[in-house]
Amino acid sequence: MAQQLTAKEPTAEQIAELKIYREFGVSDSEYELICKYLGRKPNYTEIGVFSVMWSEHCAYKNSKPLLKKFPVSGPRVLMGPGEGAGIVDIGDNQAVVFKIESHNHPSAVEPYQGAATGVGGIIRDIFSMGARPIALLNSLRFGRLEGNPRVKYLFENVVAGIAGYGNCVGIPTVGGEVMFDESYEGNPLVNAMCVGLIDHDKIQRGVAKGVGNPVFYVGPATGRDGIHGATFASVELTGESEEKRSAVQVGDPFMEKLVMEACLEAINAGLILGIQDMGAAGLTCSSSEMAAKAGNGLELYLDEVPQREEGMTPYEMMLSESQERMLFVIDPANEEKVRDIFARWGVPCAKVGRVTDDGRLKLYHRGEVVADMPVKALVDDCPVYRQRSEEPAYYRAFASVDTTAFEEIKDLTGALKKVLASPNVASKEWVYSQYDYMVRTNTVVRPGSDAAVVQVPGTRKALAMTTDGNGRYCWLDPEIGGKIAVAEAARNIVCSGAEPLAITDNLNFGSPEKPEVYWQLEKATDGMAEACRVLGTPVIGGNVSLYNESEKGAIHPTPVIGMVGLVTDLDHITTQEFKAEGDVIVLVGETYGELGGSELQYAVLGKTEGRPPKIDLALEKRVQDAVLEAIRRGLVASAHDLSEGGLAVALAESCFGRGLGAAVNVETSLRPDVALFSESQSRILLSARPEKADALVVLLRERGVVCSVLGRVGGTDLVVKVNGREGIAAPVEELRKVWKEAIPCLLKN
Amino acid sequence: MKATVYVTIKQNVLDPQGAAVQGALHSLGFTEVGKVRIGKYMELELDAKDRAEAAARVKAMCEKLLANPVVEDYRFELEG
Amino acid sequence: MRFAVIVFPGSNCDIDCYKAVRETIGQPVDYVWHTATDLSAYDAIILPGGFSYGDYLRCGAIARFAPVMDEVRRAAEEGRYVLGICNGFQILTEAGLLPGALLRNRDLKFHCHSTLLEVVNNETPFTREYAKGEIIDIPIAHGEGNYYCDEETLARLEANGQVVFRYKKGENPNGSVNDIAGVCNERRNVVGMMPHPERAVSELLGSVDGRRMFTSVLSAWRERHGAAVNG
Repeated sequence: MAQQLTAKEPTAEQIAELKIYREFGVSDSEYELICKYLGRKPNYTEIGVFSVMWSEHCAYKNSKPLLKKFPVSGPRVLMGPGEGAGIVDIGDNQAVVFKIESHNHPSAVEPYQGAATGVGGIIRDIFSMGARPIALLNSLRFGRLEGNPRVKYLFENVVAGIAGYGNCVGIPTVGGEVMFDESYEGNPLVNAMCVGLIDHDKIQRGVAKGVGNPVFYVGPATGRDGIHGATFASVELTGESEEKRSAVQVGDPFMEKLVMEACLEAINAGLILGIQDMGAAGLTCSSSEMAAKAGNGLELYLDEVPQREEGMTPYEMMLSESQERMLFVIDPANEEKVRDIFARWGVPCAKVGRVTDDGRLKLYHRGEVVADMPVKALVDDCPVYRQRSEEPAYYRAFASVDTTAFEEIKDLTGALKKVLASPNVASKEWVYSQYDYMVRTNTVVRPGSDAAVVQVPGTRKALAMTTDGNGRYCWLDPEIGGKIAVAEAARNIVCSGAEPLAITDNLNFGSPEKPEVYWQLEKATDGMAEACRVLGTPVIGGNVSLYNESEKGAIHPTPVIGMVGLVTDLDHITTQEFKAEGDVIVLVGETYGELGGSELQYAVLGKTEGRPPKIDLALEKRVQDAVLEAIRRGLVASAHDLSEGGLAVALAESCFGRGLGAAVNVETSLRPDVALFSESQSRILLSARPEKADALVVLLRERGVVCSVLGRVGGTDLVVKVNGREGIAAPVEELRKVWKEAIPCLLKN
Repeated sequence: MKATVYVTIKQNVLDPQGAAVQGALHSLGFTEVGKVRIGKYMELELDAKDRAEAAARVKAMCEKLLANPVVEDYRFELEG
Repeated sequence: MRFAVIVFPGSNCDIDCYKAVRETIGQPVDYVWHTATDLSAYDAIILPGGFSYGDYLRCGAIARFAPVMDEVRRAAEEGRYVLGICNGFQILTEAGLLPGALLRNRDLKFHCHSTLLEVVNNETPFTREYAKGEIIDIPIAHGEGNYYCDEETLARLEANGQVVFRYKKGENPNGSVNDIAGVCNERRNVVGMMPHPERAVSELLGSVDGRRMFTSVLSAWRERHGAAVNG
C-alpha cells in the first residue's frame, strides 16, 4: 500500500495517533471497526472515503431502525427504497418515478447555489433510473419574514436558485409549499422533489454488472467543490498555512440538460448496464454502491478522471461534490456507440475504471494503489445506532393547555384578514410565478391549487402531486403531526381527483444525539408509518436530514411528504375554486375546538402551544374514498382541503379563483371564532351544481361520512354566518387583495 | 498575450441590475453613490505575437460575439 | 406544408412547438439539429424557447453562430416563414434578422404567467386570422424579455407596422419599450415574440388563443401555393 503522496496529508500512523479521524466525524469505535475491516490502519484517502460512506446521509446510521417501520411495498410498487428513486406502476406498461431530497445546509450557506444544486441532484436521481423527468416540486421553510433581512435574503435567493436551475433545464416546477416560523431562522429547509415517467422495460439500476466491463464518468471535470473537513489538519501537521480549498458547489443547469438528454438517449438505446449519479460524496458513493449492489468490486484509475484544477489528490477527487456528473457501466462492445452519443451532445465522457470480481474498491493514482477497501464494509457494515429517547418537558407541559381558552375574537372579518395576510396562508404567486410551471405543455392544474396535475402525454391519465408537512403540529405532537402530514398530502391528492399512490419522505430534524429530538424522530416516524398503512400509500424512497440546528436550538421536527396520485381520466380533474353562481357548498367532516398549532394561534394570538388537532385515520380514509368516488361520478364542481386557517380560509380561497362570492351559515355548538378557524382534520369543502347536490349528500352519507350543506356560491361578497348571526362579511376582492399582496409587501419593506 | 475585455450596458439603456445595486448601497448607508452601471469582465488568453494584429482580432471578437452593439459598449486592454 | 423546429443545445420548448404544429394543423414537422446545413425542404422554421447554450454571455448570442443559422437566414431572405418564440426571438435579434434586443426584465425576476396581448398587426402570415386590436391570452415565461431598441428604430417599427403584439395597456410584465411583445421584419415573413403561443393551444392548458398563429401560417402558405395544395 502506497502511502499518500502529498506532504500535506497525514500518514495512517498520524491519523491514528492524533485521532484525526474524529475531525471527519468518525468515532473511536468506528475507527476500530474500520481498522478491523481493512486489517490495517486506513490512510488519509481511505478514512475520507469511510467517513462519507458511514455518514448519516449515506448510511442512515441513526435513522435506519426508524425507517424500517415504514411500509415499503404494495401491489403497484415496482421499486422501493434503495435505488436513486422509487417506482410505482400506473398501468399500460407505464410507471411513475419520484423522490424528494434536502439541500438544507448548502442553502443556509449560499442560498442561490445551494437550492439550485439541490434541484440538479434530484433531477439526476430520476433520470438515472431511466425516467424522463416531467415535474419538479419543492418544500421550503424559513424564519419569520417580518423585519428580518437575512430571512428575506435567504427566501429570495432560494426561490431564485430553484427557478434558475429548473427553468433552464426545462422541467416545469409545478408545485410546492413555503412556511415561515422562528424555528427555521438560521437553518432554512430546502427540499426538492422530482417526478419522472418511465416504461417498465426501461427501468435502470445502479449496478456495476459484468466483471471486466468498463466504468465511464460523464459530465464536467471534477474540482474541489464541496469537500468538507478536508483541509483542517494540514496546518498543524506540516507547519504550512494553507488556505481552505473547498469551494461552494456551483450548478450548471445547461450542462445538466445536456447530460440528461445524452444519458436518456444512451439508456433508451439499451447501451447502459448500470448507472448512478454522483451526488453526495460524488465518486465515492456512486462507485461503491454500484459495486455493492452487483456483489462485485471496482477499480478506478484516478488519473483518467477529468480534473478542473491541477494537483488534485485522490482524496479530493473521491470526495468532490462537483455537479452534473454520472457514473455508468457498459458492455465494451458498445463503447464507440456510447462515446458517439455523448460527443453529439457535447458532454465530456471518460473511461475511468473497470468492474472486478474481488469485492474491493481499489483506487489507482500515478501508477500506485492508493486505496484498497472491501466494498461491503463501506456500504453495508456501518454500525447502526439507537439513540437515547426522552419525552421533552414542553410536551408534558402542553398536555394541560386548552387551545380554545382565549378571549373571544369578535371581529371575525378582521381575524380572517390577519390569517390571510400571514405568509403561511397568503398567496405564493410571488414564488411560483418565478418558476416556469408550463414548459412541456402538460401542466393541467397550475401551482396554487391543492395539488398540481400533470398530464401523462398521449393518454387520458394524469398525475397529481403535492408536498406537505406541518412542523408546528409535529413539534406539538410528532406522532399526530406525522399522521397528519401523510393524511393531508393524500387529501390534497384526492381533492384534485386522483387516487393516492405512494409517498417519498424527507425527515428534517435536529440532532439525533439530543434525546428529545430522537424522541420526536421516533414518534413522527411511528405516526407516518401508521398513516401510510391505513391510507395505502407505501414509502418508496426518501431522505433524512438531521442536525438541523442553529444557536437557538433544533428546528421544529418537519417530516415533509411528497405524494403522487393517479388521475385515471382527465375528466376527473378537480380544482378548488368555486365554479358557478348557485352551486351548493357542502362541508365534509366534523369540526371540533382544535386550535393547537393553528394559523389563528400563530398569526393572531402569537403562539404555538397545546396539542394539535387529533386524527382518526380510519375516518380519514373513509372521507377520502367517499370524496374521490363522488368526484369520479361527476358530482363535484370544486374540492378544497381544509388546512391552515380552517373553514374560514378554505371558503375564502375557494372564492378567489373566479372572484365568485358565497353565502353560508355554519350551525355549531362551538364559539364562532373557534368554529371558523379550528383546524380539525379529515374535512373537505366541496361545491356541486344544484341538480347534483342531493346525490352528492346521499352518496357521502351512504359511505358513512358526515357532511353539512352550508350555503350557495353567488354574488361578489363572502358572507359567513354562524348559527344565523353575522360572522364574516367582506367583498371577495378585498380579501383577495390582502391575501395576494401580503408576501410582495413584506419583501418590499 | 492576455486581453482584458470590459462590456458595459450603453449609457442610455436602462440597467436594472445597476439600479438594484444602487438602491441596496443606499439602504446600507452608502448614500454618496450615484449612478451604478454593471458590466462584464472577461479575460482572454491569446496565442499571438503581433500586438496590432491581436488588437484587431479582439475588436472583431467584441463586435461579433462578446458585446451586442444594440445595447452594449466594450473596451479592452492587451498585456504581455 | 413542412415545418422545422430547430434544436439548439439547451432548447427546451422544442417538443412543445412540435406538438403544437401536430395538434393544431396536423402538418409534417421535424426536429432539426443546430448543426444542420440544409433547410431547403421546409416551408416554415420555428426557433423554440429555452436556454440555448445556457443563455451564457447573452441570450441567443452563441446560438446565432450555430451552422443552421445561415440556412435560417437564407430561408428568411427567400420569403419562407420564420417564427422565433422566447429564446428563439432572442436568437433572431442577435442574428440581426429582427431589430432590437431583449434585456433583463425590469424587476430582474423571471416571470411565468398568463398575459393579455393586443394584436397590433394582423397582416403577417402568422397573425392573419386574428382581428386587429383583438386581445388574446398567451402565457409568458422569461427572465429577459424587456424589448429595447433606440428611438429611431422604434419610430421606424411603429411607422412600418412592424410591431405585431403589444402587452395590454397596464400589463407590461418586463418593461419593454412601447409595451412591445412581438415584432416582425419589414417583409413580415419573420416574426419574433416573447409570449408562447405553443402553450395556448388547448382548453386543458388554459387557453386556445395561440392556435391561430399556426392556422394562420398554414392558410398563408396555402394561399401562396394555390388553394388546391394539400398537405
